[in-house]
Amino acid sequence: MTEPVVRAEAVTKSFGHVRALRGVDLDVFPGEVVCLIGPSGSGKSTFLRCVNHLEKVDSGRLTVDGELVGYRRARGKLYELRESEICRRRADIGMVFQNFNLFPHLTVLQNLIEAPIQVRREPKAEAVERARSLLERVGLSDKERSHPAQLSGGQQQRVAIARALAMRPALMLFDEPTSALDPELVGEVLEVMRGLAADGMTMIVVTHEMGFARESADRVVFMADGVVVESGPPDELLRAPKHERTRAFLSKVLA
Amino acid sequence: MTLKILPSRRTGTVGLDEVVVPRRHPWRWLLAGLLLLLVVMIVEGLATNPAMRWDVVGDYLFAEPVLEGLLMTLRITVLAMLIGIVLGGILAVMRLSGNPVLLAVSLGYSALFRSIPVLVQLLFWFFLSAVLPKIGLGVPFGPVFVEAETNSLISRFGAALLGLGLAEAAYMAEIIRAGLLSVPRGQSEAAAALGMPPGKALRRIVLPQAMRFIVPPTGNQAISMLKMTSLVIAISLPDLLTSVQTIYARNFLQIPLLTVACFWYLVMTGVLSVGQYFLERRFGKGAST
Repeated sequence: MTEPVVRAEAVTKSFGHVRALRGVDLDVFPGEVVCLIGPSGSGKSTFLRCVNHLEKVDSGRLTVDGELVGYRRARGKLYELRESEICRRRADIGMVFQNFNLFPHLTVLQNLIEAPIQVRREPKAEAVERARSLLERVGLSDKERSHPAQLSGGQQQRVAIARALAMRPALMLFDEPTSALDPELVGEVLEVMRGLAADGMTMIVVTHEMGFARESADRVVFMADGVVVESGPPDELLRAPKHERTRAFLSKVLA
Repeated sequence: MTLKILPSRRTGTVGLDEVVVPRRHPWRWLLAGLLLLLVVMIVEGLATNPAMRWDVVGDYLFAEPVLEGLLMTLRITVLAMLIGIVLGGILAVMRLSGNPVLLAVSLGYSALFRSIPVLVQLLFWFFLSAVLPKIGLGVPFGPVFVEAETNSLISRFGAALLGLGLAEAAYMAEIIRAGLLSVPRGQSEAAAALGMPPGKALRRIVLPQAMRFIVPPTGNQAISMLKMTSLVIAISLPDLLTSVQTIYARNFLQIPLLTVACFWYLVMTGVLSVGQYFLERRFGKGAST
């Protein structure tokens, strides 16, 4: 069997007295699209942020591509990584935020080429060429000179996805990518994500879009109170959940 | 009673079917008239007062010592602000770095340099050689490699720059820190998620956005620095104020010569204000997310 891209074993994380993660176990395999669903405060976003070390795990083991997140193993001990090494690993993981977090002082094209040039040291011409093809892919070729503030929410999020893809990530994390959008703009973003999923990108998606989960996810994971309650193929989990907690949640969101 | 539709004379709008009478402001007019009268009286009094010696003001406006003093004032302002901005930037980053040692140093610096009057700091640097005749570079408690007379290292000019610049840094640190904090957290998170090291994210993502919040108060600081430079009169550095003082110490025409200084301070502040306007316009682009 292939090695998982992400493997979490008994991962915990607390913010002060709030225990956000109470022992999460989860494997994500190459090419898999995993949707994390669950009530707010269940730890979905926190888990996602732990995967690229925006949050530091308190205990448990979290590995990406077989490497422990935030640590280096040497001589039988774990050494905390230096900032530069953390950055190097993050560069291979794309992240899309709920609030887009585009750089407002840069144009759309500059948003896309900033990290490839500054982090990957790509030649500018190459970065621009790739950025243009990514903008075409998300249907925003005509916006490369615009500033983020001039775009709609849906357009901004599509640019944000293209920006993450510009780093050629092996794994994409989506943190509620459509939650800040007006309802009529959700579709265009989900369409880009469906395209990515169809291309075989490994994706972890925190979402409330049950339609997307049903259609594009290989697996749906239901989290509550900082643990994974159950997981399974979308058809099974969404139609016939085994746990009472899952049933209660689904009856509310699907109603 | 019949109502006619009449255009309102004053506001130019049209009432639907009634005569519109705009509110009148008799008190405003009265107050404005009184103030105008007061201003005219003051200007007339100053202009016709023979003791004002406007001929002297004219004579000295472009006199060489005055212009040299003006140049000195500008030089101190620019250099002290530069020290303040650079050192303030370093202090602000130290404060936000998450390194407890750097944080403590930054806090201690601000506390110290904000508690002591700038005039006292100026005098302190100027008289430093009295307690510290020589300054050297070497191994602590060991051999000294280079050594120099404090007086030759810290001239009057140097004392002025140190006194004004180091104090300014404490204030600039607060301004820059507030500017950096005004940029949403999501921006540095997005940069981090793209693999950008914190230093690079600060320089390329956070700082350009923080400029919008840093530039306006920095303009205020520059304007206030321009005027604060007049404190160097205490260490006899020939700036604008010291120059006119030297002249009126000889001819006793204090007010006319101070008027000359006022004129130049006004002009320089005006120039700085215009510069501030353009800087704000330059950094305002791409505003709001």
